[in-house]
Amino acid sequence: MVLLMVLCAVLSLFWSPYPVGDIDIPNKLASPSVAHWLGTDSLGRDIGSLLLVGSQNSLLVGFIAVGIGLGVGVPLGLLASALRGWVEELIMRASDFTFAFPALLSAIMLTAIYGPGLVVSIVAIGIFNIPVFARISRGAANAVWARDYTAAARAAGQGPLAITLTHVLPNIASVLIVQATIQFAIAILAEAALSYLGLGTQPPQPSWGRMLNEAQSQMFQAPMLAVYPGAAIALAVLGLNLLGDGLRDVLDPRLARQR
Amino acid sequence: MTLFVLRRLLSFVLTLLATSVVVFAVLELLPGNAAQVILGETATPESIAAMEDKLGLNQPAATRYLSWMGGMLQGQTGLSISYDTPTAQLMAERMQVTLPLAVMAMGLTVALALALGIYAASQQNKAGDVGVMTLSQLGLALPNFWLAILLILLFAVHLEWVSAGGFPGWSEDDGGGVLEGVKALLLPAMALAAVQTAILTRVTRSAVLDTLREDFVRTARAKGLSRRQVLWGHVLRNAMIPVLTVMGLQFGNLITSAIVIENVFVLPGIGRLIFQAIANRDLIVVRDVVMLLAALVILINFCIDVLYAWIDPRLKAGHAG
Repeated sequence: MVLLMVLCAVLSLFWSPYPVGDIDIPNKLASPSVAHWLGTDSLGRDIGSLLLVGSQNSLLVGFIAVGIGLGVGVPLGLLASALRGWVEELIMRASDFTFAFPALLSAIMLTAIYGPGLVVSIVAIGIFNIPVFARISRGAANAVWARDYTAAARAAGQGPLAITLTHVLPNIASVLIVQATIQFAIAILAEAALSYLGLGTQPPQPSWGRMLNEAQSQMFQAPMLAVYPGAAIALAVLGLNLLGDGLRDVLDPRLARQR
Repeated sequence: MTLFVLRRLLSFVLTLLATSVVVFAVLELLPGNAAQVILGETATPESIAAMEDKLGLNQPAATRYLSWMGGMLQGQTGLSISYDTPTAQLMAERMQVTLPLAVMAMGLTVALALALGIYAASQQNKAGDVGVMTLSQLGLALPNFWLAILLILLFAVHLEWVSAGGFPGWSEDDGGGVLEGVKALLLPAMALAAVQTAILTRVTRSAVLDTLREDFVRTARAKGLSRRQVLWGHVLRNAMIPVLTVMGLQFGNLITSAIVIENVFVLPGIGRLIFQAIANRDLIVVRDVVMLLAALVILINFCIDVLYAWIDPRLKAGHAG
């Protein structure tokens, strides 16, 4: 399913059945036909094409938001774990605090100030990912630091940075990958919600969330318009969640047995 | 126990303070200033100066922060720019929709999730368990606002059982009433509850399964208690600890998700208020609503922490961190 989504996004970079900017008012709200597999929206745009191009958007948001979380959160978590003491306390308190602050709320506050837009929403979702990855990497890293081989490395004269890079990071990578797929799914949901509210992706860039918003106003004339984009979101998220579960079973057999 | 609660209380107050500083600072770091943002780019310098005066922007930031905080604590909040009403009054009115909505959704979530989770755990790896888990996997993937739209499609557009949105009010003078109000909140509450139920069901199931593996369960069974007696008498209380934590997080989630759902159903709740405030550039309302919601979430987490200690005496020792 995830592969399907990536394929759709890549495909849409080169080709979509119809250009998404192609407005065809006489053909508006058409039912599915050979020419338009999934029909057209209120401006006569091809739904299939909009969905394809919309997948780019969701992927972009997922990658960048998870990237922010990984890029900032993991180093913080590793730092906390390697240095312990007040650094750890400070980082963990800060991440507790960010956790207490609901993600959607911070996104809304940011858009209130900087105006709605894709960049603002990605940053807001990304910020929420930072404490998630900081906590996970600290927890996993602490477990690695407690192992004999890190003690051996320390005895051999390796510094905290070298141990972190050669021993800790490779050992916690699998946990991070699993968490990344889950956060990816959450990011897609969050972006869709923000776009639905009109605070995320702006027209004319197609986005699944905004398609749902537009579809709601035509619910009585064309109910199916409200079904496709939501199904696309749900399939993408379901795919990512299953991928996460699968990866966990493959990468961490211990956990698989416990469940 | 007292020490634990006091420590939690201290961290609760500190978190609240930090939140208020962040909320205040973010609005302080606006590109330009608040008066400019509120009035838009076409405003004349005179009107901006007048707005700055109204907002008290010519006072130092620390003074404004203190008067804002003092006002929030006493319920003497600033005036909304677009409604010209104190924000406290606006928020109190809107909470009459949002709070019942969140409570209804939470009630649905807890009732369904506990039943399904315990059932799935008791049927581990049998058909019932697999069915519940598959359903919850689907529930996790559903965007709640899409589910809301689908519910409207089914119950309002197709079956015409309920209206597609709006809220008649709680008092019969406004043409509403308690029954009418609950009816209007039913679909939104279902939409909110679905995803949370999926999460809580999974948590309940794994918590019950984990507890079933404990030694004291084996002891209780060896003592001659039936499976059912052990489940209700021993397992549930212990399994409730992780379930409670997640419930606390979920209540916070519900309140913020309500922002989206209220907009789907055009409910005049707090979410609709903040959304309209953004459209109207009413920064005073945005600031106060964000602060109120954040404070609510933090308060809930604090209550859960205390409840936690009450259920699990091991935590009272104080190493809960």
